[in-house]
Amino acid sequence: MISDKVLARLKTAAELPDLRGTRYSVIEQIGRGGMGVVYLGEDAELGRRVAIKVLDDAREARVLAGLEHPGIVPVHDAGVLPDGRCYYAMKLVRGARLDAFLEKTAHLQDRLRIFQRICEPVAFAHARGVVHRDLKPSNIMVGEFGEVLVMDWGAPGVGTPDFMAPEQAAGEVDGRADVFALGKILEIAAGESIPKPLRSICRRATETDPAQRYQSPVELSADVAAYLDHMPVSAHRESVGERLVRFGSRNRTLLALVAAYLIMRLIVILWLGR
Amino acid sequence: MDADTQIGGHNARFPETRPSAISAAVSDDQARRGPGQEAMIAAYWKPVYRYIRIRWRCSNEDAKDLTQSFFTAAIEKSFFAGYDARKGTFRTFLRVCLDRFLSNGRKFASRQKRSSDFVVIDVAGAESPEDIFEREWTRSVFEDAVDELRANFQSRGRRVAFAVFERYDLAESPASYDELAREFGVTSTAVTNYLAAARRELRKLVLDRVRSVTSGDPEFRREARAILK
Repeated sequence: MISDKVLARLKTAAELPDLRGTRYSVIEQIGRGGMGVVYLGEDAELGRRVAIKVLDDAREARVLAGLEHPGIVPVHDAGVLPDGRCYYAMKLVRGARLDAFLEKTAHLQDRLRIFQRICEPVAFAHARGVVHRDLKPSNIMVGEFGEVLVMDWGAPGVGTPDFMAPEQAAGEVDGRADVFALGKILEIAAGESIPKPLRSICRRATETDPAQRYQSPVELSADVAAYLDHMPVSAHRESVGERLVRFGSRNRTLLALVAAYLIMRLIVILWLGR
Repeated sequence: MDADTQIGGHNARFPETRPSAISAAVSDDQARRGPGQEAMIAAYWKPVYRYIRIRWRCSNEDAKDLTQSFFTAAIEKSFFAGYDARKGTFRTFLRVCLDRFLSNGRKFASRQKRSSDFVVIDVAGAESPEDIFEREWTRSVFEDAVDELRANFQSRGRRVAFAVFERYDLAESPASYDELAREFGVTSTAVTNYLAAARRELRKLVLDRVRSVTSGDPEFRREARAILK
C-alpha cells in the first residue's frame, strides 16, 4: 500500500504540466481554483518569472487574449500540453488578494476606491460581451501600488455560492450577474458599520430580480462615486437630517468660512455696542 | 494496518467501457447491469475494505467479510439503482450506503457482540468519514494506476524509465535527479524525460479510472479535481 506521503507526491506529479519543448519551466504550485492550477514559472528566453495556468480547455486563454485592459492580467503565451490540457503564461501579479488587502486597509474611502477600480475591467469586459461569472475576493489581486487585477476569466457559468446571482443557478447569466457579485464584494469592502447610503447601494446591487439591480458596473460605480463625493446616491432616499449632514460634509470649508464670518460679526457688534 | 486485501485492484479488470460503468450498473437491462456492477465492485472494493478497517476498526478478515457482505447486499437489494447523479457523486452515495449497512446490519451487530474488533469508534474531531473514504478511494485509484503503468512500461521495454519513476515519485525519500542519473547511467535530461513520460501516462491512467466510474462529464470533472487536489 502506498503511504500518505507518496500518495501526496504522486498527486502533485500527475498534475505537473509537461512543459518540455516550451520556453517555460515550473518552479512550484502557487494556486488552485475551480478551473485550473497555477504555477510559478520561469520564462527561459526573457529570464523572468511568470504565472502559468494549466486548465482543461483553452476557453479562458482565448477570453483573456481578447481583453486588453490594465485591470485584467495580460496573457503572454498559450499552448497545448502533450496530455491535451491547455496552459497559458501570464504576468506574475505581485500583491495581495482582495480579502487580505481589505483586512489591512482601515479607511473606508480607500476600500471604496479599490472597489471602483474593480468595476472598471468588469465594465470593459461587458462592453466586449464577456461576463466573468465568478467574481469574488479570491479572484481579485491588489498590487503594490494599488493597481487592481481581476483574474480567472472564462468560468463556464458555475459561480461561488456566496457571490452567485440567483439566476445563475438556472444558467441565465448576463452582466447583471457580475453586478450581483460586485454588490457582495462591496458589502465586504464596506465593513461591518456600513453607512446607510452604502447599504442601499449594496441592496440594489444584490436585488434578487436582475431588472431591479444596477444594470451595469458603471452605474454601480457611479453611485459609489456619488457616495464618496457626498452627493445624492440614486439607490437611497435620504431624510432631511441625512441631507443636512451630507451638505455639511460636502461644504465643510464654506461652512467654516461662514461660521468664522458670523463669529467675527458678532464680536464686532458686541465691541461697538459697549 | 496489518495485512491488506489483494481482492480488487489491478488483478480485477478495470472497466474500459464508456461512457461509464455506473450507467450499466443501474441499467434495467440485465445483460448490461451484471458487468456494470462487477466493474463498480472491482473499482470500489479496496476503498470500501480500507474504510471499514479504518472507520469501523475491523481486522483484515472481518473487513474482507463485511466488504463481501456489503457488495452482495448491494447487488441483491439493488443499492446502485438508488443512485441519482443530480444529488451528488457516486462515491458519496456508496459511502452513505455503506455506513447505513454497517450501522443497521444484523450481521454486523451480531459480530459486534462476539468480537472486540467491532467496537465502533467515535470519529468526532478526527477525519470525517467522507474524508477517510475519499482518501482511500484516491489511494486505491493511484495504486491501480501505478500497477498498470508498471505493466505498460515493462511490456514496452521501458524498465529503466519506470525504475527512475519508482525511485523518485514512489520512494519515501527520493534521490536527486543527478543521483538517479549516476545510478542508472543516464543523463539528467533523460531522468527528466523518463519522469515526464511516466507522470503523463500515470495521469491518463488515473483519469481513465475516474471517468469509468462516474456518471457523466460534470461528475467526472468534480471527481478528477477531488482526486488530484
